[in-house]
Amino acid sequence: MKKNPIVSLDHVSFQYEGHEQYALNNVTFDIYEGEWLAIVGHNGSGKSTMAKLLNGLQFPQQGEITVCGIPLNETSIWDIRRRIGMVFQNPDNQFVGTTVEDDVAFGLENYGVPREEMVQRVQDSLHKVKMDQLLHQEPHHLSGGQKQRVAIAGVMALRPSIIILDEATSMLDPRGRAEVLDSIRTLKSEKSLTVISITHDLEEAAKADRIIVMNKGKVFQEGTPDVIFAMDEQLIQLGLDIPFSVKMAKALGKQGIKLSKYYLSEEELVTELWTYRSHM
Amino acid sequence: MDISLSHVEYRYQAKTPFERIAIQDVSIDIPSGTYMALIGHTGSGKSTVLQHLNALLQPTKGIVKIGDREIKSRQKNKSLKPVRQKVGIVFQFPEHQLFEETVEKDIIFGPMNFGVSEEEARKRARLALKHVGLGEEILTKSPFDLSGGQMRRVAIAGVLAMEPEVIVLDEPTAGLDPRGRKEIMDMFYSLHKERGLSTILVTHSMEDAARYADQIVIMQQGMVIKKGTPEEIFSDPIDLMKMGLDVPEVVRFQLMLEEKIGTHLGQIYLSIEELSMAVASLVSGGVRS
Repeated sequence: MKKNPIVSLDHVSFQYEGHEQYALNNVTFDIYEGEWLAIVGHNGSGKSTMAKLLNGLQFPQQGEITVCGIPLNETSIWDIRRRIGMVFQNPDNQFVGTTVEDDVAFGLENYGVPREEMVQRVQDSLHKVKMDQLLHQEPHHLSGGQKQRVAIAGVMALRPSIIILDEATSMLDPRGRAEVLDSIRTLKSEKSLTVISITHDLEEAAKADRIIVMNKGKVFQEGTPDVIFAMDEQLIQLGLDIPFSVKMAKALGKQGIKLSKYYLSEEELVTELWTYRSHM
Repeated sequence: MDISLSHVEYRYQAKTPFERIAIQDVSIDIPSGTYMALIGHTGSGKSTVLQHLNALLQPTKGIVKIGDREIKSRQKNKSLKPVRQKVGIVFQFPEHQLFEETVEKDIIFGPMNFGVSEEEARKRARLALKHVGLGEEILTKSPFDLSGGQMRRVAIAGVLAMEPEVIVLDEPTAGLDPRGRKEIMDMFYSLHKERGLSTILVTHSMEDAARYADQIVIMQQGMVIKKGTPEEIFSDPIDLMKMGLDVPEVVRFQLMLEEKIGTHLGQIYLSIEELSMAVASLVSGGVRS
Protein backbone atom coordinates (compact mmCIF):
# COMPACT_ATOMS: atom_id res chain seq x y z
CA MET A 1 0.00 0.00 0.00
CA LYS A 2 1.37 3.37 -0.98
CA LYS A 3 1.43 5.78 1.87
CA ASN A 4 0.45 9.36 1.20
CA PRO A 5 1.20 11.80 3.97
CA ILE A 6 -1.97 13.76 4.72
CA VAL A 7 -0.42 15.71 7.59
CA SER A 8 3.27 16.55 7.93
CA LEU A 9 5.05 18.12 10.85
CA ASP A 10 8.44 19.50 9.95
CA HIS A 11 10.71 20.51 12.86
CA VAL A 12 7.81 21.94 14.83
CA SER A 13 8.43 23.66 18.17
CA PHE A 14 5.96 25.38 20.44
CA GLN A 15 6.29 27.11 23.77
CA TYR A 16 3.42 28.51 25.88
CA GLU A 17 3.79 32.09 26.98
CA GLY A 18 5.57 32.41 30.30
CA HIS A 19 6.80 28.81 30.25
CA GLU A 20 10.49 28.02 30.11
CA GLN A 21 10.18 24.59 28.60
CA TYR A 22 9.00 23.81 25.13
CA ALA A 23 5.66 22.02 25.03
CA LEU A 24 6.78 20.62 21.69
CA ASN A 25 10.42 20.48 20.84
CA ASN A 26 11.55 19.98 17.25
CA VAL A 27 8.92 17.43 16.30
CA THR A 28 8.94 15.86 12.84
CA PHE A 29 6.62 13.13 11.58
CA ASP A 30 4.02 12.30 8.95
CA ILE A 31 0.46 11.06 9.30
CA TYR A 32 -0.72 8.93 6.39
CA GLU A 33 -4.00 9.05 4.59
CA GLY A 34 -6.50 6.51 5.91
CA GLU A 35 -4.51 5.40 8.92
CA TRP A 36 -5.54 5.28 12.55
CA LEU A 37 -2.74 6.91 14.47
CA ALA A 38 -2.65 6.95 18.25
CA ILE A 39 -0.55 9.62 19.94
CA VAL A 40 0.13 8.56 23.51
CA GLY A 41 1.97 10.15 26.40
CA HIS A 42 1.41 11.04 30.05
CA ASN A 43 -0.33 14.27 31.10
CA GLY A 44 1.96 17.12 30.09
CA SER A 45 3.93 15.18 27.45
CA GLY A 46 2.85 17.57 24.70
CA LYS A 47 0.20 15.43 23.05
CA SER A 48 -2.68 17.85 23.53
CA THR A 49 -0.55 20.76 22.34
CA MET A 50 -0.09 18.77 19.18
CA ALA A 51 -3.86 18.58 18.70
CA LYS A 52 -4.13 22.35 19.11
CA LEU A 53 -1.43 22.95 16.53
CA LEU A 54 -2.93 20.57 13.99
CA ASN A 55 -6.18 22.46 14.07
CA GLY A 56 -4.61 25.91 14.15
CA LEU A 57 -5.81 26.74 17.65
CA GLN A 58 -2.15 27.62 18.26
CA PHE A 59 0.64 28.24 15.79
CA PRO A 60 4.15 26.81 16.09
CA GLN A 61 6.98 29.25 16.77
CA GLN A 62 9.27 27.19 14.60
CA GLY A 63 8.77 24.66 11.86
CA GLU A 64 5.91 24.00 9.51
CA ILE A 65 2.74 21.93 9.47
CA THR A 66 1.18 20.85 6.19
CA VAL A 67 -2.36 19.48 6.01
CA CYS A 68 -3.65 17.95 2.75
CA GLY A 69 -0.76 19.64 0.96
CA ILE A 70 -1.58 23.10 2.31
CA PRO A 71 0.87 24.83 4.67
CA LEU A 72 -1.01 25.72 7.84
CA ASN A 73 -1.02 29.44 8.57
CA GLU A 74 -3.43 32.17 9.52
CA THR A 75 -4.84 32.50 6.02
CA SER A 76 -5.21 28.80 5.26
CA ILE A 77 -6.63 27.92 8.66
CA TRP A 78 -10.32 28.23 7.74
CA ASP A 79 -9.83 25.94 4.81
CA ILE A 80 -7.90 23.47 6.93
CA ARG A 81 -10.47 23.41 9.71
CA ARG A 82 -13.02 22.20 7.17
CA ARG A 83 -10.80 19.19 6.61
CA ILE A 84 -10.04 18.41 10.25
CA GLY A 85 -12.79 17.62 12.70
CA MET A 86 -12.02 17.63 16.38
CA VAL A 87 -13.68 15.93 19.33
CA PHE A 88 -12.59 17.11 22.77
CA GLN A 89 -12.39 15.47 26.17
CA ASN A 90 -15.36 16.84 28.05
CA PRO A 91 -18.76 15.76 26.68
CA ASP A 92 -20.49 18.66 28.43
CA ASN A 93 -18.32 21.39 26.98
CA GLN A 94 -19.04 20.70 23.34
CA PHE A 95 -22.79 20.27 23.24
CA VAL A 96 -24.08 23.54 21.79
CA GLY A 97 -27.55 22.61 20.52
CA THR A 98 -30.70 22.23 22.60
CA THR A 99 -31.42 18.83 21.06
CA VAL A 100 -29.35 16.09 19.45
CA GLU A 101 -30.31 17.04 15.89
CA ASP A 102 -29.78 20.77 16.52
CA ASP A 103 -26.36 20.04 17.85
CA VAL A 104 -25.33 18.16 14.73
CA ALA A 105 -26.88 20.81 12.50
CA PHE A 106 -24.94 23.60 14.17
CA GLY A 107 -21.74 23.18 12.19
CA LEU A 108 -23.63 22.72 8.92
CA GLU A 109 -25.59 25.91 9.51
CA ASN A 110 -22.34 27.74 10.10
CA TYR A 111 -21.10 26.59 6.73
CA GLY A 112 -24.35 27.56 5.02
CA VAL A 113 -25.28 24.07 3.86
CA PRO A 114 -28.74 24.15 2.17
CA ARG A 115 -31.53 22.93 4.40
CA GLU A 116 -32.49 19.80 2.48
CA GLU A 117 -28.95 18.58 2.35
CA MET A 118 -28.51 19.50 5.98
CA VAL A 119 -31.45 17.34 7.10
CA GLN A 120 -30.01 14.45 5.13
CA ARG A 121 -26.51 14.84 6.54
CA VAL A 122 -27.78 15.14 10.12
CA GLN A 123 -29.76 11.93 9.68
CA ASP A 124 -26.88 10.09 8.06
CA SER A 125 -24.24 10.97 10.55
CA LEU A 126 -26.48 10.28 13.55
CA HIS A 127 -27.38 6.95 12.02
CA LYS A 128 -23.70 6.03 11.79
CA VAL A 129 -23.11 6.66 15.48
CA LYS A 130 -26.41 4.90 16.35
CA MET A 131 -28.01 8.02 17.76
CA ASP A 132 -30.74 8.47 15.15
CA GLN A 133 -33.40 7.22 17.57
CA LEU A 134 -32.73 10.16 19.86
CA LEU A 135 -33.02 13.12 17.48
CA HIS A 136 -35.09 15.27 19.82
CA GLN A 137 -33.40 14.39 23.08
CA GLU A 138 -32.01 17.17 25.19
CA PRO A 139 -28.38 16.89 26.27
CA HIS A 140 -29.08 16.41 29.97
CA HIS A 141 -30.93 13.19 29.17
CA LEU A 142 -27.88 11.70 27.49
CA SER A 143 -25.01 9.74 28.96
CA GLY A 144 -21.45 10.90 28.43
CA GLY A 145 -20.89 8.28 25.76
CA GLN A 146 -24.02 9.36 23.91
CA LYS A 147 -22.96 13.01 24.04
CA GLN A 148 -19.55 12.14 22.65
CA ARG A 149 -21.18 10.21 19.83
CA VAL A 150 -23.31 13.25 19.01
CA ALA A 151 -20.11 15.31 18.97
CA ILE A 152 -18.60 12.82 16.54
CA ALA A 153 -21.71 12.96 14.37
CA GLY A 154 -21.49 16.76 14.38
CA VAL A 155 -17.93 16.54 13.15
CA MET A 156 -18.65 13.84 10.58
CA ALA A 157 -21.59 15.77 9.12
CA LEU A 158 -19.02 18.28 7.90
CA ARG A 159 -17.28 15.47 5.98
CA PRO A 160 -13.74 16.04 7.13
CA SER A 161 -10.79 14.02 5.81
CA ILE A 162 -9.26 13.82 9.27
CA ILE A 163 -10.79 13.44 12.71
CA ILE A 164 -8.81 14.21 15.87
CA LEU A 165 -9.99 12.68 19.13
CA ASP A 166 -8.36 14.61 21.94
CA GLU A 167 -8.78 12.23 24.89
CA ALA A 168 -12.38 11.91 23.73
CA THR A 169 -13.02 8.79 25.80
CA SER A 170 -11.13 9.61 28.98
CA MET A 171 -14.12 10.99 30.88
CA LEU A 172 -16.44 8.13 29.94
CA ASP A 173 -17.37 4.95 31.75
CA PRO A 174 -16.27 1.65 30.15
CA ARG A 175 -19.55 1.25 28.30
CA GLY A 176 -19.43 4.81 26.94
CA ARG A 177 -15.84 4.29 25.87
CA ALA A 178 -16.71 1.13 23.97
CA GLU A 179 -19.65 2.85 22.26
CA VAL A 180 -17.50 5.73 21.06
CA LEU A 181 -14.69 3.49 19.81
CA ASP A 182 -17.20 1.29 17.98
CA SER A 183 -18.59 4.36 16.24
CA ILE A 184 -15.14 5.45 15.15
CA ARG A 185 -14.34 1.99 13.87
CA THR A 186 -17.55 1.92 11.82
CA LEU A 187 -16.84 5.32 10.30
CA LYS A 188 -13.30 4.34 9.48
CA SER A 189 -14.30 1.16 7.73
CA GLU A 190 -16.78 3.00 5.53
CA LYS A 191 -14.56 5.67 4.09
CA SER A 192 -10.96 6.72 3.85
CA LEU A 193 -11.04 8.71 7.03
CA THR A 194 -7.79 9.43 8.84
CA VAL A 195 -8.13 9.09 12.61
CA ILE A 196 -5.72 10.71 15.03
CA SER A 197 -6.50 9.63 18.54
CA ILE A 198 -4.72 11.37 21.37
CA THR A 199 -4.99 9.18 24.41
CA HIS A 200 -3.30 7.66 27.41
CA ASP A 201 -5.41 4.55 27.19
CA LEU A 202 -3.09 1.88 25.88
CA GLU A 203 -5.93 -0.57 25.24
CA GLU A 204 -7.38 2.01 22.90
CA ALA A 205 -3.99 2.65 21.28
CA ALA A 206 -3.55 -1.10 20.77
CA LYS A 207 -6.31 -0.95 18.15
CA ALA A 208 -4.56 1.75 16.10
CA ASP A 209 -2.46 1.05 13.00
CA ARG A 210 0.44 3.00 14.38
CA ILE A 211 1.42 4.61 17.67
CA ILE A 212 3.56 7.63 18.46
CA VAL A 213 4.81 7.91 22.04
CA MET A 214 5.42 11.47 23.23
CA ASN A 215 7.61 12.42 26.14
CA LYS A 216 8.76 15.87 27.26
CA GLY A 217 7.59 17.48 24.04
CA LYS A 218 9.46 15.08 21.77
CA VAL A 219 8.61 11.98 19.80
CA PHE A 220 10.05 9.26 21.98
CA GLN A 221 9.18 6.26 19.84
CA GLU A 222 7.08 5.51 16.79
CA GLY A 223 5.83 2.23 15.38
CA THR A 224 3.13 -0.40 15.15
CA PRO A 225 1.55 -1.63 18.40
CA ASP A 226 3.96 -4.62 18.28
CA VAL A 227 6.97 -2.32 18.32
CA ILE A 228 5.58 0.03 20.95
CA PHE A 229 4.47 -2.64 23.40
CA ALA A 230 7.86 -4.31 23.16
CA MET A 231 9.11 -1.21 25.02
CA ASP A 232 7.64 -2.93 28.07
CA GLU A 233 8.79 -1.40 31.37
CA GLN A 234 9.93 1.70 29.55
CA LEU A 235 6.28 2.56 28.92
CA ILE A 236 5.60 2.45 32.65
CA GLN A 237 8.58 4.70 33.29
CA LEU A 238 7.04 7.13 30.81
CA GLY A 239 3.89 7.26 32.94
CA LEU A 240 1.96 4.91 30.69
CA ASP A 241 0.95 1.31 31.10
CA ILE A 242 1.17 -1.93 29.16
CA PRO A 243 -1.93 -3.61 27.77
CA PHE A 244 -3.50 -6.46 29.66
CA SER A 245 -2.62 -9.09 27.04
CA VAL A 246 1.08 -8.20 27.33
CA LYS A 247 0.98 -8.46 31.11
CA MET A 248 -0.72 -11.82 30.81
CA ALA A 249 1.78 -13.04 28.21
CA LYS A 250 4.67 -12.00 30.46
CA ALA A 251 3.20 -13.81 33.45
CA LEU A 252 2.75 -16.91 31.29
CA GLY A 253 6.37 -16.58 30.14
CA LYS A 254 7.45 -16.79 33.78
CA GLN A 255 5.53 -20.06 33.99
CA GLY A 256 7.52 -21.40 31.07
CA ILE A 257 4.95 -20.89 28.31
CA LYS A 258 6.73 -19.78 25.14
CA LEU A 259 4.70 -17.60 22.80
CA SER A 260 5.37 -16.74 19.16
CA LYS A 261 5.86 -13.02 19.64
CA TYR A 262 5.92 -10.31 22.22
CA TYR A 263 2.67 -8.52 21.47
CA LEU A 264 -0.45 -10.55 20.94
CA SER A 265 -3.98 -9.22 21.20
CA GLU A 266 -6.18 -11.02 23.70
CA GLU A 267 -7.79 -13.04 20.91
CA GLU A 268 -4.40 -14.02 19.51
CA LEU A 269 -3.16 -14.99 22.93
CA VAL A 270 -6.16 -17.22 23.54
CA THR A 271 -5.64 -18.88 20.16
CA GLU A 272 -1.96 -19.53 20.87
CA LEU A 273 -2.75 -21.04 24.23
CA TRP A 274 -5.31 -23.26 22.58
CA THR A 275 -2.77 -24.39 19.97
CA TYR A 276 -0.16 -24.88 22.67
CA ARG A 277 -2.46 -27.18 24.55
CA SER A 278 -3.50 -29.25 21.54
CA HIS A 279 0.18 -29.88 20.74
CA MET A 280 0.94 -31.24 24.16
CA MET B 1 -16.90 5.64 62.60
CA ASP B 2 -19.60 3.25 61.47
CA ILE B 3 -22.08 4.22 58.80
CA SER B 4 -25.21 2.31 57.91
CA LEU B 5 -28.11 2.77 55.58
CA SER B 6 -31.20 0.76 56.32
CA HIS B 7 -34.05 0.53 53.83
CA VAL B 8 -33.25 3.95 52.49
CA GLU B 9 -35.38 5.47 49.77
CA TYR B 10 -34.85 8.82 48.12
CA ARG B 11 -37.28 10.59 45.81
CA TYR B 12 -36.21 13.65 43.93
CA GLN B 13 -38.79 16.44 43.90
CA ALA B 14 -41.18 14.41 46.02
CA LYS B 15 -44.87 15.32 45.78
CA THR B 16 -44.47 17.18 42.51
CA PRO B 17 -45.30 16.01 39.00
CA PHE B 18 -41.54 15.55 38.50
CA GLU B 19 -41.21 13.06 41.33
CA ARG B 20 -38.68 10.33 40.59
CA ILE B 21 -37.37 7.53 42.77
CA ALA B 22 -33.58 7.60 42.72
CA ILE B 23 -32.91 4.80 45.20
CA GLN B 24 -35.14 2.40 47.08
CA ASP B 25 -34.76 -0.11 49.87
CA VAL B 26 -31.01 0.40 50.02
CA SER B 27 -29.35 -1.24 53.01
CA ILE B 28 -25.58 -1.02 53.32
CA ASP B 29 -23.32 -1.45 56.36
CA ILE B 30 -19.98 0.28 56.41
CA PRO B 31 -18.23 -0.62 59.68
CA SER B 32 -15.27 1.54 60.65
CA GLY B 33 -12.14 0.62 58.69
CA THR B 34 -13.96 -0.88 55.70
CA TYR B 35 -12.78 -0.25 52.15
CA MET B 36 -15.96 -0.48 50.13
CA ALA B 37 -16.38 -0.15 46.40
CA LEU B 38 -19.73 1.07 45.12
CA ILE B 39 -20.28 0.06 41.53
CA GLY B 40 -22.98 0.73 38.99
CA HIS B 41 -23.70 2.35 35.67
CA THR B 42 -24.38 6.01 35.20
CA GLY B 43 -27.88 6.53 36.60
CA SER B 44 -27.82 3.48 38.89
CA GLY B 45 -28.24 5.62 41.98
CA LYS B 46 -24.72 5.45 43.34
CA SER B 47 -24.29 9.23 43.44
CA THR B 48 -27.53 9.51 45.39
CA VAL B 49 -26.25 6.96 47.90
CA LEU B 50 -22.99 8.90 48.14
CA GLN B 51 -24.82 12.08 49.08
CA HIS B 52 -26.51 10.31 51.99
CA LEU B 53 -23.16 9.36 53.48
CA ASN B 54 -22.62 12.81 54.92
CA ALA B 55 -26.22 13.93 55.07
CA LEU B 56 -26.18 16.12 51.98
CA LEU B 57 -29.47 14.38 51.25
CA GLN B 58 -32.03 13.29 53.77
CA PRO B 59 -33.77 9.99 52.99
CA THR B 60 -37.46 10.10 52.12
CA LYS B 61 -37.78 6.68 53.82
CA GLY B 62 -35.48 4.61 56.01
CA ILE B 63 -32.65 5.54 58.33
CA VAL B 64 -29.07 6.63 57.75
CA LYS B 65 -26.75 6.26 60.74
CA ILE B 66 -23.49 8.18 60.65
CA GLY B 67 -21.57 7.45 63.83
CA ASP B 68 -24.12 8.10 66.56
CA ARG B 69 -26.23 10.45 64.45
CA GLU B 70 -29.45 9.22 62.93
CA ILE B 71 -30.79 10.89 59.82
CA LYS B 72 -34.43 10.14 59.06
CA SER B 73 -37.08 11.60 56.85
CA ARG B 74 -39.32 14.40 58.07
CA GLN B 75 -37.04 15.51 60.85
CA LYS B 76 -35.13 18.73 61.19
CA ASN B 77 -31.43 18.08 61.12
CA LYS B 78 -29.57 20.66 63.10
CA SER B 79 -25.81 21.10 63.26
CA LEU B 80 -24.68 18.64 60.65
CA LYS B 81 -21.25 20.26 60.63
CA PRO B 82 -19.56 17.60 62.79
CA VAL B 83 -20.89 14.89 60.48
CA ARG B 84 -19.59 16.66 57.40
CA GLN B 85 -16.20 17.19 58.98
CA LYS B 86 -15.85 13.50 59.72
CA VAL B 87 -17.03 12.36 56.30
CA GLY B 88 -14.98 13.94 53.55
CA ILE B 89 -16.22 13.63 50.00
CA VAL B 90 -13.93 13.93 47.01
CA PHE B 91 -16.41 14.64 44.23
CA GLN B 92 -15.86 13.78 40.59
CA PHE B 93 -13.52 16.26 38.93
CA PRO B 94 -12.91 18.01 42.26
CA GLU B 95 -10.59 20.49 40.55
CA HIS B 96 -13.71 22.23 39.23
CA GLN B 97 -14.36 23.34 42.80
CA LEU B 98 -11.07 25.15 43.32
CA PHE B 99 -11.75 28.84 43.76
CA GLU B 100 -9.19 30.61 45.94
CA GLU B 101 -6.31 32.86 44.87
CA THR B 102 -3.61 30.54 46.12
CA VAL B 103 -3.27 26.83 46.71
CA GLU B 104 -2.73 27.40 50.42
CA LYS B 105 -5.91 29.47 50.82
CA ASP B 106 -7.84 26.84 48.96
CA ILE B 107 -6.63 23.98 51.13
CA ILE B 108 -7.12 25.77 54.47
CA PHE B 109 -10.63 26.94 53.56
CA GLY B 110 -12.23 23.63 54.54
CA PRO B 111 -10.57 23.09 57.91
CA MET B 112 -11.00 26.77 58.90
CA ASN B 113 -14.64 26.54 57.97
CA PHE B 114 -14.88 23.79 60.58
CA GLY B 115 -13.27 25.99 63.23
CA VAL B 116 -9.63 24.92 62.96
CA SER B 117 -7.17 27.75 63.72
CA GLU B 118 -5.33 29.28 60.80
CA GLU B 119 -1.97 28.13 62.14
CA GLU B 120 -3.16 24.54 62.50
CA ALA B 121 -4.84 24.66 59.10
CA ARG B 122 -1.60 25.78 57.46
CA LYS B 123 0.24 22.93 59.14
CA ARG B 124 -2.35 20.51 57.84
CA ALA B 125 -2.13 21.99 54.36
CA ARG B 126 1.59 21.19 54.22
CA LEU B 127 1.04 17.66 55.41
CA ALA B 128 -1.84 17.11 52.99
CA LEU B 129 0.28 18.35 50.08
CA LYS B 130 2.97 15.86 51.03
CA HIS B 131 0.40 13.06 50.98
CA VAL B 132 -0.76 13.93 47.49
CA GLY B 133 2.82 14.16 46.27
CA LEU B 134 3.18 17.91 45.77
CA GLY B 135 5.92 20.21 47.10
CA GLU B 136 5.41 23.21 49.38
CA GLU B 137 6.57 25.61 46.68
CA ILE B 138 3.15 25.22 45.14
CA LEU B 139 1.40 26.81 48.17
CA THR B 140 1.72 30.37 46.91
CA LYS B 141 0.72 29.61 43.33
CA SER B 142 -2.70 30.18 41.88
CA PRO B 143 -4.49 26.85 41.54
CA PHE B 144 -5.48 27.91 38.03
CA ASP B 145 -1.86 28.00 36.86
CA LEU B 146 -1.41 24.31 37.63
CA SER B 147 -1.74 21.34 35.32
CA GLY B 148 -4.93 19.28 35.45
CA GLY B 149 -3.26 16.52 37.45
CA GLN B 150 -1.84 18.99 39.98
CA MET B 151 -5.21 20.70 40.36
CA ARG B 152 -6.79 17.34 41.11
CA ARG B 153 -4.21 16.72 43.82
CA VAL B 154 -4.70 20.14 45.39
CA ALA B 155 -8.45 19.56 45.54
CA ILE B 156 -7.88 16.19 47.22
CA ALA B 157 -5.46 17.82 49.69
CA GLY B 158 -8.28 20.20 50.65
CA VAL B 159 -10.40 17.23 51.72
CA LEU B 160 -7.51 15.48 53.50
CA ALA B 161 -6.75 18.67 55.48
CA MET B 162 -10.14 18.31 57.17
CA GLU B 163 -8.79 15.05 58.60
CA PRO B 164 -11.95 13.05 58.00
CA GLU B 165 -12.51 9.60 59.50
CA VAL B 166 -14.43 8.46 56.47
CA ILE B 167 -13.43 9.35 52.97
CA VAL B 168 -15.78 9.04 50.02
CA LEU B 169 -14.21 9.03 46.56
CA ASP B 170 -16.35 9.57 43.48
CA GLU B 171 -14.32 8.37 40.48
CA PRO B 172 -11.19 10.04 41.86
CA THR B 173 -8.95 9.16 38.93
CA ALA B 174 -11.23 9.91 35.96
CA GLY B 175 -9.24 11.59 33.20
CA LEU B 176 -5.81 10.97 34.74
CA ASP B 177 -3.03 9.12 32.94
CA PRO B 178 -2.08 5.61 34.11
CA ARG B 179 0.74 6.79 36.37
CA GLY B 180 -1.39 9.49 37.98
CA ARG B 181 -4.20 7.01 38.44
CA LYS B 182 -1.99 4.50 40.21
CA GLU B 183 -0.33 7.13 42.41
CA ILE B 184 -3.67 8.53 43.59
CA MET B 185 -5.21 5.09 44.22
CA ASP B 186 -2.12 3.90 46.11
CA MET B 187 -2.09 7.10 48.15
CA PHE B 188 -5.70 6.62 49.24
CA TYR B 189 -5.00 2.99 50.04
CA SER B 190 -2.03 3.79 52.27
CA LEU B 191 -3.99 6.55 54.05
CA HIS B 192 -6.78 4.05 54.53
CA LYS B 193 -4.37 1.62 56.19
CA GLU B 194 -2.25 4.10 58.15
CA ARG B 195 -5.09 6.10 59.62
CA GLY B 196 -7.62 3.33 59.87
CA LEU B 197 -10.06 5.28 57.73
CA SER B 198 -13.23 3.98 56.20
CA THR B 199 -13.03 4.41 52.46
CA ILE B 200 -15.93 4.32 50.03
CA LEU B 201 -14.88 4.27 46.41
CA VAL B 202 -17.49 4.98 43.77
CA THR B 203 -16.07 3.59 40.56
CA HIS B 204 -16.66 2.08 37.14
CA SER B 205 -13.39 0.23 37.37
CA MET B 206 -13.83 -3.42 38.27
CA GLU B 207 -10.02 -3.57 38.34
CA ASP B 208 -9.81 -1.06 41.19
CA ALA B 209 -12.72 -2.65 43.03
CA ALA B 210 -11.06 -6.08 42.86
CA ARG B 211 -7.65 -4.70 43.85
CA TYR B 212 -8.46 -2.39 46.74
CA ALA B 213 -11.86 -3.10 48.22
CA ASP B 214 -12.75 -5.63 50.88
CA GLN B 215 -16.46 -5.16 50.22
CA ILE B 216 -18.22 -4.49 46.93
CA VAL B 217 -21.76 -3.20 46.53
CA ILE B 218 -23.33 -3.24 43.08
CA MET B 219 -26.26 -0.99 42.26
CA GLN B 220 -28.67 -1.06 39.39
CA GLN B 221 -31.78 1.02 38.80
CA GLY B 222 -31.68 2.49 42.28
CA MET B 223 -31.33 -0.80 44.13
CA VAL B 224 -28.55 -2.87 45.59
CA ILE B 225 -28.41 -6.01 43.48
CA LYS B 226 -25.30 -7.64 44.87
CA LYS B 227 -22.92 -7.24 47.78
CA GLY B 228 -20.02 -9.21 49.11
CA THR B 229 -16.24 -9.62 49.03
CA PRO B 230 -14.50 -9.35 45.63
CA GLU B 231 -14.15 -13.15 45.60
CA GLU B 232 -17.87 -13.59 46.18
CA ILE B 233 -18.88 -10.92 43.68
CA PHE B 234 -16.70 -12.18 40.86
CA SER B 235 -17.29 -15.88 41.50
CA ASP B 236 -20.19 -15.71 39.04
CA PRO B 237 -18.92 -13.44 36.27
CA ILE B 238 -21.49 -14.61 33.71
CA ASP B 239 -24.25 -13.36 35.97
CA LEU B 240 -22.59 -9.94 36.22
CA MET B 241 -22.18 -9.73 32.47
CA LYS B 242 -25.84 -10.65 31.97
CA MET B 243 -26.68 -7.64 34.08
CA GLY B 244 -24.67 -5.50 31.69
CA LEU B 245 -21.78 -5.05 34.11
CA ASP B 246 -18.11 -5.42 33.44
CA VAL B 247 -15.81 -7.90 35.09
CA PRO B 248 -12.08 -7.38 35.67
CA GLU B 249 -9.90 -7.91 32.60
CA VAL B 250 -8.29 -10.96 34.12
CA VAL B 251 -11.69 -12.59 34.66
CA ARG B 252 -12.86 -11.70 31.17
CA PHE B 253 -9.70 -13.24 29.77
CA GLN B 254 -10.19 -16.41 31.76
CA LEU B 255 -13.74 -16.77 30.41
CA MET B 256 -12.54 -16.20 26.86
CA LEU B 257 -9.88 -18.85 27.25
CA GLU B 258 -12.21 -21.36 28.90
CA GLU B 259 -14.65 -20.99 26.06
CA LYS B 260 -12.00 -21.52 23.41
CA ILE B 261 -10.44 -24.50 25.13
CA GLY B 262 -13.72 -25.94 26.30
CA THR B 263 -12.58 -26.58 29.86
CA HIS B 264 -13.18 -24.78 33.12
CA LEU B 265 -10.37 -23.91 35.46
CA GLY B 266 -12.52 -24.70 38.47
CA GLN B 267 -12.39 -21.26 40.05
CA ILE B 268 -12.21 -17.60 39.11
CA TYR B 269 -8.81 -15.97 39.51
CA LEU B 270 -8.55 -12.27 40.34
CA SER B 271 -4.84 -11.75 39.74
CA ILE B 272 -2.74 -12.20 36.62
CA GLU B 273 -0.15 -14.24 38.54
CA GLU B 274 -2.64 -16.75 39.87
CA LEU B 275 -4.37 -17.08 36.53
CA SER B 276 -1.08 -17.53 34.67
CA MET B 277 -0.15 -20.42 36.98
CA ALA B 278 -3.47 -22.13 36.48
CA VAL B 279 -3.34 -21.61 32.72
CA ALA B 280 0.26 -22.82 32.47
CA SER B 281 -0.59 -26.00 34.28
CA LEU B 282 -3.68 -26.50 32.11
CA VAL B 283 -2.04 -25.99 28.72
CA SER B 284 1.11 -27.95 29.54
CA GLY B 285 -1.09 -30.84 30.54
CA GLY B 286 -0.08 -30.71 34.19
CA VAL B 287 -2.41 -31.84 36.91
CA ARG B 288 -4.01 -29.07 38.85
CA SER B 289 -4.23 -29.31 42.57
